[in-house]
Amino acid sequence: MTVNPSFATEPSPDGLRLRLSGRWTISAPGLEGQADALLMAAPARRHVIFDLSALAAMDTAGAWLIDRARDAAAKAGAETMLEGATSAYEILLQEARYRDFEKTEPQRGSALVALLTKVGLTAAGVADDLYSGMTFLGQIVSALLRIARNPARLRMTSVVFHLDSFGLRALPIITLINFLVGCIVAQQGIFQLQHFGAATFAVDLIGILVLRELAVLLTSIMVAGRSGSAITAEIGAMKMREEIDALRVMGLDPVEVLVVPRFLALLIALPLLTFVADMAAIFGGLLVGWAYGGISPEIFLGRLQNAIALNTFLVGLIKAPFMAGVIALISAVEGFAVQGSAESLGKRVTASVVKAIFMVIVIDGLFAMFFATIKY
Amino acid sequence: MSDKAPFPNAQDAIAIRVRGVEVGFGSRLILRGLDLDVKRGEVLGFVGGSGTGKSVLTRAILGLVNKSAGRIEIFGQDLDALPPRERQAVERRCGVLFQQGALFSGLTVLQNVQVPMREYLNLSQGLMDELARLKIAMVGLRPDAADKFPSELSGGMIKRAALARALALDPDILFLDEPTSGLDPIGAADFDELIATLQKTLGLTVFMVTHDLDSLYSICDRIAALADGRVIAAGTVAEMLANEHPWVRSYFHGKRARRLSPAPQPARS
Repeated sequence: MTVNPSFATEPSPDGLRLRLSGRWTISAPGLEGQADALLMAAPARRHVIFDLSALAAMDTAGAWLIDRARDAAAKAGAETMLEGATSAYEILLQEARYRDFEKTEPQRGSALVALLTKVGLTAAGVADDLYSGMTFLGQIVSALLRIARNPARLRMTSVVFHLDSFGLRALPIITLINFLVGCIVAQQGIFQLQHFGAATFAVDLIGILVLRELAVLLTSIMVAGRSGSAITAEIGAMKMREEIDALRVMGLDPVEVLVVPRFLALLIALPLLTFVADMAAIFGGLLVGWAYGGISPEIFLGRLQNAIALNTFLVGLIKAPFMAGVIALISAVEGFAVQGSAESLGKRVTASVVKAIFMVIVIDGLFAMFFATIKY
Repeated sequence: MSDKAPFPNAQDAIAIRVRGVEVGFGSRLILRGLDLDVKRGEVLGFVGGSGTGKSVLTRAILGLVNKSAGRIEIFGQDLDALPPRERQAVERRCGVLFQQGALFSGLTVLQNVQVPMREYLNLSQGLMDELARLKIAMVGLRPDAADKFPSELSGGMIKRAALARALALDPDILFLDEPTSGLDPIGAADFDELIATLQKTLGLTVFMVTHDLDSLYSICDRIAALADGRVIAAGTVAEMLANEHPWVRSYFHGKRARRLSPAPQPARS
């Protein structure tokens, strides 16, 4: 028994007889080659007979290819006939009959136009982001005002819950990374400054750099990645499952119920975390200064007292609530922008983290200019 | 095993043979020694209460969950005993329609249908395009659906597109997991009819998990009912109606079922 698809050509009175044999199925090896040969072998004769009596098996792919050859012969003016087809084959040949599928070619414009379109859309997207961010800020502020007039509307349980997850649970990782960064800054500072015999000035470096910039920046970036993504994912998942709509039809304001507690929790948590980060980084600097630079803790603390003032510490801390607000705002806007699919949720979470970190750095830059101008 | 079977050529008569299958998660046993035969060329409807393990059995047959005991044969071949290559050959003869369609979201419908062809066969792109469009036409989708992404399709269209993908390699067995769930009654009836037509045309064996009583009455040759981790009854609609098991009775003589039942109403006890 032949397994592979094949056919034999036999001349018949005033025409041609094509005897097909083997398995004409999609997984049969050499099906496509045989089908192309069959297409060639059915030229414009008056009669072309397709003899299927020796066929071992046929599926839709086989039927399609056999019918394609029959169709080609018929179009060339031949009279075609099927012979020896079982009723199952006949149904299959009917269902999988050859037809022309209209090709829907995708529209292609010029590459330049496409590029300009993309640039324009991105620019418009930035403007949209700014607009929706402002709208959202307005909604949060009006919700806060409503709560201020009627403090019973504040969802205290929710605020405490989020304070726990954004603040307390972030404590170990924030402490650790700031401790490590304090160590690294101290090591580099001592290593570079000892060429000038000024290793003890590393203490000034650590104090000012950590308190003014590094602690708040690292903490904000970590919170944007950790809590901002969580806010977007939580709100986005609720949006996907129509929970937000359910809140609305119950007459509840989703901003008041979902966003305000997270906003407040972040507003409280980030300054607290920044304070802990300050302490952890300075402690790291102190340890490395002691072990690597030979600066004893007494000398370290003494120098630190001379190097920094309260304003150094406050500059860092003042920035923290602004960072918290921006992170909460961006992550909530992105959460509400989630559409029905899980794919969109993933995209929005990524966008939320990227935008939040970007904005944190931009704001830090703005504050640096501001404090330099007012000489604080 | 062939001497027990009612057919002289048991290898050919039984498409899926399940014997003593046990599946458990943690300490909870879902399937306890389940036996089931699916005959070649029949449409078997598989019913059971929510959470009784209908989908678990489907997944066990497909090798997606591990069983702790028992034997599953597809076309007389024990999948566990086969070397990977032959196992793959058997798996290629099975097409699966998942409940949510499980279309790949990053690919168009046409590309979705071509995935199995591309992976397993050595066909030209032109022929794959034509065959995929043929499958899409056979499941009753409009030609312009071929270039759409799954997110642009309605629920009924997703099921049809997923069916086209399940049929891409012309399988011998088709697994359907609640094919009509989430469809409106007209769409569900159309889908039933489509499955019946394709089953007759392609000579498919269909294993269908369903809750839809209409589907059971209109297209299933046999019905198997699952409860307590076992198949408690299997047979034609008439046999199921006559069955005395309490769950089967409440299923086929419940309020919803009575409106549809083609058989005369048995007197209530």
